Amino acid sequence: MGSTSSTLAKIPNAEDLMQETGFTPAHLVRLYDRFKVLDKDKKGFLTPQDFVAIKELAMNPICDRIIGAFFTSGGETLDFPSFVRILAHFRPIDKNRPKEPTSPDPINSRSNKLKFAFQLYDQDKDGKISRHELLQVLRAMLEKQVTEEQLESIADRTIQEADLDRDDAISFEEFRKSLEKVNIDHKMSIRFLR
Amino acid sequence: RGFAGAVVYVWLSVVLGLIVLPAMFGVSLGFTDLYVKALVKTLEWATLRIQRGQKEEDAVPAHLPNGIIEKDDGSMEEEIGELRRSHPKSLAGGDFTLCDAFYFCKKGIESIVEDQVTQRFTSEELASWNLLTRTNNNFHYISVRVTIIWGLGVFIRYCILLPLRVTLAVLGLSWLVIGTTLVGLLPHSNVKTWISDLIHVTCYRICARALSARIRYHNKENHPKKGGICVANHTSPIDIVILANDGCYAMVGQIHGGLMGVIQRSMVRSCPHVWFERSEMKDRHAVAKRLKDHVADKTKQPILIFPEGTCINNTSVMMFKKGSFDIGATIYPVAIKYDPQFGDAFWNSGKYNMVSYLLRMMTSWAIVCNVWYLPPMSLQDGEDAVHFANRVKSAIARQGGLVDLFWDGGLKREKVKESYKEEQQKMYSSMIVGQD
Repeated sequence: MGSTSSTLAKIPNAEDLMQETGFTPAHLVRLYDRFKVLDKDKKGFLTPQDFVAIKELAMNPICDRIIGAFFTSGGETLDFPSFVRILAHFRPIDKNRPKEPTSPDPINSRSNKLKFAFQLYDQDKDGKISRHELLQVLRAMLEKQVTEEQLESIADRTIQEADLDRDDAISFEEFRKSLEKVNIDHKMSIRFLR
Repeated sequence: RGFAGAVVYVWLSVVLGLIVLPAMFGVSLGFTDLYVKALVKTLEWATLRIQRGQKEEDAVPAHLPNGIIEKDDGSMEEEIGELRRSHPKSLAGGDFTLCDAFYFCKKGIESIVEDQVTQRFTSEELASWNLLTRTNNNFHYISVRVTIIWGLGVFIRYCILLPLRVTLAVLGLSWLVIGTTLVGLLPHSNVKTWISDLIHVTCYRICARALSARIRYHNKENHPKKGGICVANHTSPIDIVILANDGCYAMVGQIHGGLMGVIQRSMVRSCPHVWFERSEMKDRHAVAKRLKDHVADKTKQPILIFPEGTCINNTSVMMFKKGSFDIGATIYPVAIKYDPQFGDAFWNSGKYNMVSYLLRMMTSWAIVCNVWYLPPMSLQDGEDAVHFANRVKSAIARQGGLVDLFWDGGLKREKVKESYKEEQQKMYSSMIVGQD
């Protein structure tokens, strides 16, 4: 009789993946099923086109950047472990996890969630959000709805507020500081219902 | 050889005597009701055993939510507003903040894990297992007893029910083809129409028995009348059998080749249906004209149309194509809701072809569904076809307990329009720069 355990057996290195990402077996199976649904041509990996085929994603203003977060270093194929590792950023923060100073941060820590979001802005990965990069994001989110001058003034204002060391760019630390009161766990987490 | 002959003889007489003949007269011997009651008891028992076996997992809710992740229902404004409230500086009027991107990011990731459109094209999941292998997602091997019952179920479904059902289906369809061809030879008269209706209804009744369908019709006083158009939500080709069991409709559709074509051609000999060649379907005006002509003739049966244009999984209603709402006829909305406990009626045309689908239908326990006839609706003054279509859609969704979606079912094949993205951008920009 079909069940979670038989699908789990189909996933390579399931144990390691669960350990690394913190997903439960049931969630991992659901993500695997979803991966297979998205992989319409049964290639065994996903391409950017498979993502664009998701209607709700295609209508998202920053759709390209989100897809870009999955296909780092310019690759065009995404296998299941990488798919899951990225999605692991959006697991709710485990409040009960003991704090071991020597162990690395879990993928879904507050800090890593912020890093993920930072990455959406910092496309050239130099560790800073330049004015130019900020403008690009703004343009993606607003496109024809505002004028170029308005975009520039918004970018200027934002940098002015967040940029503490006056280098005309927002570093990760400044990004983190500016958002310290935001409830990251709630806003950057996805909860499985079952 | 005498023995085999005797078996066939007995078999056929049982089928004819106990099923076909009563079906023709619209009499129900109550077998299906008894069967369904027994089924319910068995499934309840199986569920209890399974729940007892499930120790580690938390209690599964009675109605599984349709979806695997929790989604915030707030609008863009609410969500981004919440994000900004925790921002140290209070920004009057709404400027951009770095955390705004979180909203879009989260929505994007949510849609990657689960999106509204794809979800509607896979079968609904059940909270408790109904002893069909195909629906077993959440459940592990439980106990010997459940396995035995499941095995028994397989035997009953494949070795007893399936042959019976196939026999019935063949009988029903042959009856339709032969009967309508014969009736077609008669001259036009009231008698001809009456006989034709009888033949059609009988065929559908036999087919309904072939699926072990138990259908409940509600609000029969709103039954579609001649000269009107009946619209319903679409889940599978079986919808036609379900609806036509309670009255005659004029079908609309494309002429197919093969067996389907034979059936279509013979049907139209006895009473007018609206069949189109593939090339004609593209010409919207020609289609509209034929529908209008049919509707104008008050002696013809009401037209049956499924405006979604494709099969949806019976948890929601998708966008109605406005073609049928532009004709100016009275619309009789009908809501069809299948009970997934007994068999999943949804036809996932990407996954199964027609034959595999029918095989699955005939090896399910039963098809149990409710049909609600809604009060007739017409185009109101100053209303356009799209608005009217949406109004009808909402009424059907509300009655059937289905989710009312604005998405176009055709989207499962096509690309998203740029205008959807622009909508999002417009909404967001009004928060940033106000209504400049």
